Amino acid sequence: MFRTALRNVFAHKARLLMTVLAVMLGVAFVSGTLVFADTLSNAFRNQSAKSYDDVAVAVTSYADPDNPEEAPGLSGKDLDRISAVDGVAGVYGRVEGFAGVADPDGKLIGVGWSNKGSNFAPGENGKDPAYTFTEGSGPVQDGQIALDEESAAKGEYAVGDRVRVATNGPVKEYTLSGVFTTEDGAVNAGGSLVLFNTAVAQKQYLEQGYFEDVTVVAAPGADDAEILAAVEPLLPDTAEAQTGKALADEQADQIEQGMGNLKQVLLGFAGIALFVGVFLISNTFTMLVAQRTKEVALMRAVGASRRQITRSVLAEAAVVGLVASAVGFLLGIGLAVGLRSGMAAFDMKMPDGPLVLSATPVISAFAVGVLITVFAAWLPGRRAAKIPPVAAMNSVHAVATTKSLVLRNSIGGAVTALGAAGIVAGASTGGDDGRMYIGAGAFLALIGVIILIPLLSRPVIALVRPLLVGPFGVAGKLAGQNAVRNPRRTGATASALAIGLTLVTGLSVLGVTVGTAIDKMTTDNIKADYMVSMANGGDLDRSALTALEKAEGVSAVSPQQDAYLQTGDDYVSASAVTPGDIQEVLNVDVVSGDVDSLAEGQIAVAETTAESKGWKPGDNIPFTFADEKKATLTVGAVYKDSEFLSPVLVDTAVVSEHEAKPYIRQIFVKVDGGQSAANEKVLIDALGDNPAITVMDRQDIRDEFGGAINTLLNVMYGLLAMALIIAVLGVVNTLAMSVFERQQEIGMLRAIGLDRRRVKRMVRLEAVVISVFGAVVGIGLGTFLGWAIGETVAEEIPGYALVLPWDRIGIFVVLAGLVGVLAALWPARNAARLNMLNAIKAE
Amino acid sequence: MTTAPLADRTTTVAARATELSKIYGQGETRVVALDRVSVDFRQAEFTAIMGPSGSGKSTLMHCVAGLDTFSSGSVRIGDTELGALKDKQLTRLRRDKIGFIFQAFNLLPTLNALENITLPMDIAGRKPDKEWLDTVIRMVGLSDRLSHRPAQLSGGQQQRVAVARALASRPDIVFGDEPTGNLDSRSGAEVLGFLRNSVRELGQTVVMVTHDPVAAAYADRVVFLADGRIVDELHGPTADSVLDRMKRFDAKGRTS
Repeated sequence: MFRTALRNVFAHKARLLMTVLAVMLGVAFVSGTLVFADTLSNAFRNQSAKSYDDVAVAVTSYADPDNPEEAPGLSGKDLDRISAVDGVAGVYGRVEGFAGVADPDGKLIGVGWSNKGSNFAPGENGKDPAYTFTEGSGPVQDGQIALDEESAAKGEYAVGDRVRVATNGPVKEYTLSGVFTTEDGAVNAGGSLVLFNTAVAQKQYLEQGYFEDVTVVAAPGADDAEILAAVEPLLPDTAEAQTGKALADEQADQIEQGMGNLKQVLLGFAGIALFVGVFLISNTFTMLVAQRTKEVALMRAVGASRRQITRSVLAEAAVVGLVASAVGFLLGIGLAVGLRSGMAAFDMKMPDGPLVLSATPVISAFAVGVLITVFAAWLPGRRAAKIPPVAAMNSVHAVATTKSLVLRNSIGGAVTALGAAGIVAGASTGGDDGRMYIGAGAFLALIGVIILIPLLSRPVIALVRPLLVGPFGVAGKLAGQNAVRNPRRTGATASALAIGLTLVTGLSVLGVTVGTAIDKMTTDNIKADYMVSMANGGDLDRSALTALEKAEGVSAVSPQQDAYLQTGDDYVSASAVTPGDIQEVLNVDVVSGDVDSLAEGQIAVAETTAESKGWKPGDNIPFTFADEKKATLTVGAVYKDSEFLSPVLVDTAVVSEHEAKPYIRQIFVKVDGGQSAANEKVLIDALGDNPAITVMDRQDIRDEFGGAINTLLNVMYGLLAMALIIAVLGVVNTLAMSVFERQQEIGMLRAIGLDRRRVKRMVRLEAVVISVFGAVVGIGLGTFLGWAIGETVAEEIPGYALVLPWDRIGIFVVLAGLVGVLAALWPARNAARLNMLNAIKAE
Repeated sequence: MTTAPLADRTTTVAARATELSKIYGQGETRVVALDRVSVDFRQAEFTAIMGPSGSGKSTLMHCVAGLDTFSSGSVRIGDTELGALKDKQLTRLRRDKIGFIFQAFNLLPTLNALENITLPMDIAGRKPDKEWLDTVIRMVGLSDRLSHRPAQLSGGQQQRVAVARALASRPDIVFGDEPTGNLDSRSGAEVLGFLRNSVRELGQTVVMVTHDPVAAAYADRVVFLADGRIVDELHGPTADSVLDRMKRFDAKGRTS
């Protein structure tokens, strides 16, 4: 029987092509993801191993620099004690923090979150083992810095050049003393690193004389574990030591975990692609079995058992799966390589490393490919086994038995209803529970709709038929009828598209709705013209606030500065703001009292907080500040809750003296004359043209808060494109089969006068009808899902209102139509080229 | 209607093949399917083309009907020389001037009987001539079956629909390729009767390829083909006279 199966595969090479392609793409996605993740985590692992190569022991201080009762880090004395330990060859203390380097145009080099600064810690020989200088030498004077090679190249800086560097304070100019390379992971991932002289770095990042980290280098032959044991007792309580190896492993594990998440997301999409592929495969085998009815009946007549027939179909599927998996796996490796260079093109630098091919991707590629194909071919295989031996004797052209869809429709109806009920229940429940109901309901509804899709095809396609007959005449009429000729097949083909579009539409509805709500919230609540913040998302220095207050034309400035306030045992989330200006830059909707009372040292409280605490204007509340000092503050005003305002507002003057280093998140600025290039320039100049500080106008602010959703949506579209490509293959497949089965009919039509152009048009329109049908079903279900999930988050987003992205939905429908046209290219050409005489010849 | 060529004033010729040759392959695999065949199909005449299998009878019909290309010679339908036509023009010619009845697969399963009958006119974007359509439908006796799908019709009824379709657009000439090949004798006789009536009563020109002497007996004239050449012609044939002539082919085949 296996030989029969093999022969069948070769006999139907062309017809199995789409199946092979679909399995191949899915397998490529899976194995590509796995190989990419393996390669990347191996590279990261090597990287972190290398960066801790010379480190015998690493000591890290967890001291709180704001706590006056303990040392802010490891002191020089601690270092001296460590270097006295047996076997220690060198001890290097380090501090680290943010440092942004301006290129000659004043723009920040690298991305905000990966700009680091640290200290150059020369040992006795004047060298720091962590850095290898390719030009010049390490910074030893206060006015010197060194830069990593790549950043120096990006800024076109050479030794001796003046370089503007911004830390959290104002920008300063330094002389470049040297350019270095390092094994530091962040730098190798495309970040920038500035080395200061140790004293400068300490002052900037911690406190004169103290370090955050100490790396201990062992003398040749010394044992890391022994050094660790000797070092540990010497450390203050707030510091911990680990061997370099342990630290490297820990870092590698973290990376592994991060990769694991990425891997899971990618595999999820691969799963969707394969799920869609199942329909294509199943469809192909159903058609192959139908075409082979006589053959199968003959085999049955000469004594093959039902089980043998089923097995032969499954064996055929296994062979197809095997071939597709092998090709898919190779394609996956290509994908992994491509993904890496792709990321490099987007400036996401990955450490170099060899391609890692472990057993897992190989095994999963073949397991997934073969199992999916065999699974999808299982039902058609069973159907083949049911062909009676007499079918071989039947001289009549085997008419496809249109088995009643009653049972199928009843099951589909029940499952869909159950799913829809789950979704509605979830939407009304809300929250995480609701989302869980929706998840389960969505799955059921999707399955149900897929079961029902043949039933849906007739009425839905009947609706569009007039649109086809009008402009396209007889070709349109025939296309519309051909599309519903085999509802099961049309359904299976449309299902693939429907699944993809359900997800795409659901995400779009949700994304656009939430995005619109956030955008509205932003525009409603922010009255300021500009928002100033750090590029790395960190805190702004007080000097920035002072500079902005003094800037010309500025009418209102208020920071949003974290304020530590404790009442009783509760910590309240409070913001320190500038009285009088805060209501100019942010929308403060006063319920009772007067916000101007902030200027008198009173506090303003958000409505829900005031309610839960039982506070009202005029109440005196005892508070404890960060430095444990106590004060009684009067509630001066109550305002409506807002996403942009903390539950408690207080004058910066009230808290400043109690906080060693204020944490300013943003500063909002309103200027005379509103937004303009000139005004923006004034602000930038006032901030000392600091590359590390970003000045955002209103549009930038909206993008900042809502933009992430669009980016996320685009990423999702990209990943779901794979499922859509497979769906297109499905349409191609179905059409090719239909054209093949209708050869005689098409030949007859050509003979009685349908020209080639209209034959093509007929096939093309059928493809468009099926594709658009799938799209409409998917869009409908997706919109429903988007609405339901939206309901569960509605409470968390003020001003939430369902927005149907008609423009996007329109684009999806048009795209689906294009998919049809594209998918029909080859089958339509085949149909038009059919040899009429062969076609009309009687069997 | 088309004017008669000078050489043939007595009757109007609906289709004419002159020195028509069709050659497949080259060198050793060269097969001559039609060897300089010249034949006229006169208007309002029912012609049957007969011959043993491989004689080229189907090829002749395909070439004259514009379904197949030929190697040399000329084919005219009315005034139109087929050799000069591109696929698009040929398609249009078939649509407007020719009716077809095949042995099987005549009908589109998705269309009902009436829609199948008017399909050529649908394709042409013409409105059918209501009166003529009724005449044709009444003649083939399908008045009460018009809304049925082909699957709901018997083989004979399906073939009657095919006849009606071939006649409905009033083509210059109707070609039948073994139109009764798949039918039982009673249904076959019905279909042939309709074809003959269309010639007698409606003045239709019909050319039919068949291997069945009984079918050929319905024709006014039988043209015999053997080895790609016209070897004989019978006027006013009967089943017996056709059978006799065919037997001679067999005898000849055996002796040569």
